[in-house]
Amino acid sequence: MAEPKPQNAVSKMLNAAWVRPFLFLVFIVVAWDLAIRLFRIPAYQIPSPGDVLAVLRTEWPELLRQSWPTTYATVCGFLLSALFGIPVAMLIAGSKTVESYVYPLLVFSQSVPKIAIAPLFVVWFGFGIVPKVISAFLLGFFPVVVSAVQGFKSVDPDMVDLARAMQGSRFQVFRAVNLPHALPAIFSGLKVSVTLAVVGAVVGEFVGSNSGIGYVMQRSIGTFDLPTMFAALVILALLGVILFWIVDRIEKLIIPWHVSQREDVIFAS
Amino acid sequence: MKAATVTSETVQPAAHLRLVSDRAGDAAGIKLSGVSKTYRTRDGDVPSLRPLDFHINDGEFFVVVGPSGCGKSTLLKLISGLLPPTTGEILVEGEKVTTPHGNVGIVFQNALLLPWRNILNNVMLPIDMKRLPRQQYLDRAKQLLKLVGLEGFEKKLPWQLSGGMQQRASICRALVHDPRIMLMDEPFGALDALTRERMNVELMRIQRETRKTVLLITHSIPEAVFLADRVLVMTERPGAVAAVYDVPLPRPRSLDVMADPVFTELVQRIRKHFFSQGALD
Repeated sequence: MAEPKPQNAVSKMLNAAWVRPFLFLVFIVVAWDLAIRLFRIPAYQIPSPGDVLAVLRTEWPELLRQSWPTTYATVCGFLLSALFGIPVAMLIAGSKTVESYVYPLLVFSQSVPKIAIAPLFVVWFGFGIVPKVISAFLLGFFPVVVSAVQGFKSVDPDMVDLARAMQGSRFQVFRAVNLPHALPAIFSGLKVSVTLAVVGAVVGEFVGSNSGIGYVMQRSIGTFDLPTMFAALVILALLGVILFWIVDRIEKLIIPWHVSQREDVIFAS
Repeated sequence: MKAATVTSETVQPAAHLRLVSDRAGDAAGIKLSGVSKTYRTRDGDVPSLRPLDFHINDGEFFVVVGPSGCGKSTLLKLISGLLPPTTGEILVEGEKVTTPHGNVGIVFQNALLLPWRNILNNVMLPIDMKRLPRQQYLDRAKQLLKLVGLEGFEKKLPWQLSGGMQQRASICRALVHDPRIMLMDEPFGALDALTRERMNVELMRIQRETRKTVLLITHSIPEAVFLADRVLVMTERPGAVAAVYDVPLPRPRSLDVMADPVFTELVQRIRKHFFSQGALD
């Protein structure tokens, strides 16, 4: 074993997980600013980081207020896609008949551009929260199903036989073996789903809404107010990161045993 | 009771090489009469086992050797009740097997421990599945872990243990609900040669102490002869009984028994079955 190196405060800080991406972000912002100055890009094409920051500061209360409807629609859509996606995946993985009928259609439905049909939801459900939730749900649903089906199917048949030979009922075996086994795959699907749900909610706001970050973007583009539009983008990115982080935390809580979460050492016999 | 009739006529050997016809069995133990299995697939019927007739006595260590794909694993599923036989019937402890009866403990080639349960809870899985009183069996689980030398590892997760230790834990799991029968499908096939020999000695000790009926499936002829009271040799797919041999070596056996002339002769004898068939892979 190597001796532990003496660590000063700086190198310790550099090792924190959030520092590196943060440094990279700073680098990008600096490069962005430099590019605008060097190539004399006019402000109506790309705003400078300074302008965006200024908008973020002055418009913060308004942006925060507008981000609530978006967050709400995203979370609702995401929860719905988990609520429906996992049982649908269970059915598809559990029955060849269901799979042969449903799965191809599900894949087919994914080829329909959701953005194109989003106005339809406005026609059906008006300008409220419902079309946004549905649009977030539709984008988030598919990745959950695909990952969960793969998770449910990858269980070792010998393991299921073993539990069945112990006279476990179908439900018992499912709860003790199949479901926990599928959880890592389900969570990887949920992580993709939650970021897509943000996109879905914003699409919903684009096509028909009078609140939310998507609405702010739409409006600021209309008035060539690019700094506000970029500020809205930053808020959206933050929203995505925070929601992703929450799902990630929940995953660590629920499946601490999984390979991706292990930190311990191996004992040899 | 008709014995396994498939034999090579050249067998006129000494007592220990005698081909053992099936002794008329008592009700205890496992009895197969005319059991065959044919899988129905899209490409037609695939015969896996030709009709089998044999009897495993209560408390006997019974080992099956055969080439790959001779239906050994099917045999195991039939006896545990996971698969219904196409023809014939299986009696376990005098009762006909139709569905999983829970009177077996199974050990597969892979330990198949659930990665989210610690070792103790993995061993307790049959208790949970059978809805038996947990508290009552907890002590038994701990005793079993002690028996296989895993004391102090109860709270560890499976991946923290070596392959041999995991397999020992899975043997505990097969025993915790106190079944009469232990079914083992190449239980040490995934282990290295040294660990494997040690596990063989250990398994023999466990069987002596628990007095279980063991049906073990293996590819290794020396392993079969070393462990068994009787060895059943199977033919290629579709599997049938080629011969059944008594192993008259005294117990307890140590690894030294492998140098015994009776042992080597028996290994030779069994090996010939496969060479005459032309396949042992």
